[in-house]
Amino acid sequence: MAVLVLIPTPLQKFTADESSAEVEASSVNGLLQALEGRYPGILSRLCDEGGKLRRFLNVYVNSEDIRFLENQETPLKDGDEVSIVPAVAGG
Amino acid sequence: MPLLASSYYCGSSVTATLSRSTFTGLRCKECGHPYGAGAKHVCEDVCFGPLEVVYDYDLIKSRVSRATIEAGPVSIWRYREFLPIEGDPIDVGTGFTPLLKANRLAKRLGLKNLYIKNDGVNMPTLSFKDRVVSVALTRAKELGFTTVSCASTGNLANSTAAIAAHAGLDCCVFIPSDLELGKVLGTLIYNPTLMAVKGNYDQVNRLCSEVANTYGWGFVNINLRPYYSEGSKTLGYEVIEQLGWQLPDHIVAPLASGSLFTKIRKGFDEFIKVGLVDEKPVRFSGAQAEGCSPIAQAFAEGRNFITPVKPNTIAKSIAIGNPADAPYAIDIANRTGGTIAAVSDEEIVAGIQLLAETEGVFTETAGGTTIAVLKKLVEQGKIDPSETTVAYITGNGLKTLEAITGAVAEPLTIEPQLASFNAAWERAQALHRANPKPLA
Repeated sequence: MAVLVLIPTPLQKFTADESSAEVEASSVNGLLQALEGRYPGILSRLCDEGGKLRRFLNVYVNSEDIRFLENQETPLKDGDEVSIVPAVAGG
Repeated sequence: MPLLASSYYCGSSVTATLSRSTFTGLRCKECGHPYGAGAKHVCEDVCFGPLEVVYDYDLIKSRVSRATIEAGPVSIWRYREFLPIEGDPIDVGTGFTPLLKANRLAKRLGLKNLYIKNDGVNMPTLSFKDRVVSVALTRAKELGFTTVSCASTGNLANSTAAIAAHAGLDCCVFIPSDLELGKVLGTLIYNPTLMAVKGNYDQVNRLCSEVANTYGWGFVNINLRPYYSEGSKTLGYEVIEQLGWQLPDHIVAPLASGSLFTKIRKGFDEFIKVGLVDEKPVRFSGAQAEGCSPIAQAFAEGRNFITPVKPNTIAKSIAIGNPADAPYAIDIANRTGGTIAAVSDEEIVAGIQLLAETEGVFTETAGGTTIAVLKKLVEQGKIDPSETTVAYITGNGLKTLEAITGAVAEPLTIEPQLASFNAAWERAQALHRANPKPLA
């Protein structure tokens, strides 16, 4: 199942400056592993030692924050778009 | 070290301020990893924590005193040694807003030493956002940006568009499409490109992060965020100075992303650090709307992390469901013995009315939230009546007229004749007798 991942600028050093990638994954966890398979080293930036997404990173599936879904267990299907976005403040 | 252009300083203050910067770079607030002073906001080499500005406090201490600050411009730039800029600031008169001794409101609430810090009359766009934007756009120019941008709940859009116009920068701002008319027109008048996004603020913010990835713009609250957020420290400095170089005992401020709250604390800490004010405990209490209260919920449940929410409140200016600085705000409330509370939309409107009727200050929904929480904390015995309490009013009510429509009385429409007035006046008096005003 091909999923489009939008890669934020700070992570593009791992992706040879590509701003998006298509990977095969059936869940967010699977996607993180797939990214590591393709871009070695990226996982340790995204997750802590326990495999949990770092707290200042937000992940969205089709614009929905995965904390409103099933967190890292959130299932993915063909054609989904996943955004990885460092937290920002504002107002 | 060149002197600043004398056009924006007056008289003897010219000799008191030098243009050499006092900041040395950025570092991660979480892991301490250092970065250069560029347009960067997250710790991309290690942990994605937020970056903050690093200062040389010895240098600051050698340059400032109460006298040099008092001789400075009547704006945030009297504190320029504490702000992350290198050259001449964009000075549109931002800051040094009134600190009002709120005797009538205090009496109504049962307090003795209550002050209102009124940023609803800030310049140029009547909210505290003028502080952060003045700093961010000054730094944006220094970093070579020609287009500036932001994700906004309204006030930030107003301010970014206005100060960009003044500075001659191109501007494209993003807002949720359901904002109050005053905030939309109050942005468009400066002729930026305004993107009204069909979604809530958190969705706007995510979109902007993606735009920031591909467009070489200076987003004040994204890649310029370390500089931008420092502007809020001036709300701490000013209160100290306006209280006669003293800290208050307790502050109450609205919480949206949590940034303002943490920067007021940082402002207090910096003045203590360089010896401008004596240290003493200050309690920090935060105000949220029940319809968007992820920080209050986390605080109540003893968590230091939030569960994001989807906002549903009239307090749109503080409707951030995924607040980035929440862990820091919760930590400050806990460490200082403060609290974080939420109030209903009805209480927010009542808070707006209470402040207006007692002090002649018309605030927007964020200010109504602050006053309603202040009232709640007094009722709960969480504010000592004799302590010096400062409530931060961060925006102007004329921008959110929708919030009070239906809550205030209607005008009495009369004919241009004395008899018509007499009859109407009698009716008004009868109404007042039926609904007498509180004494305070």
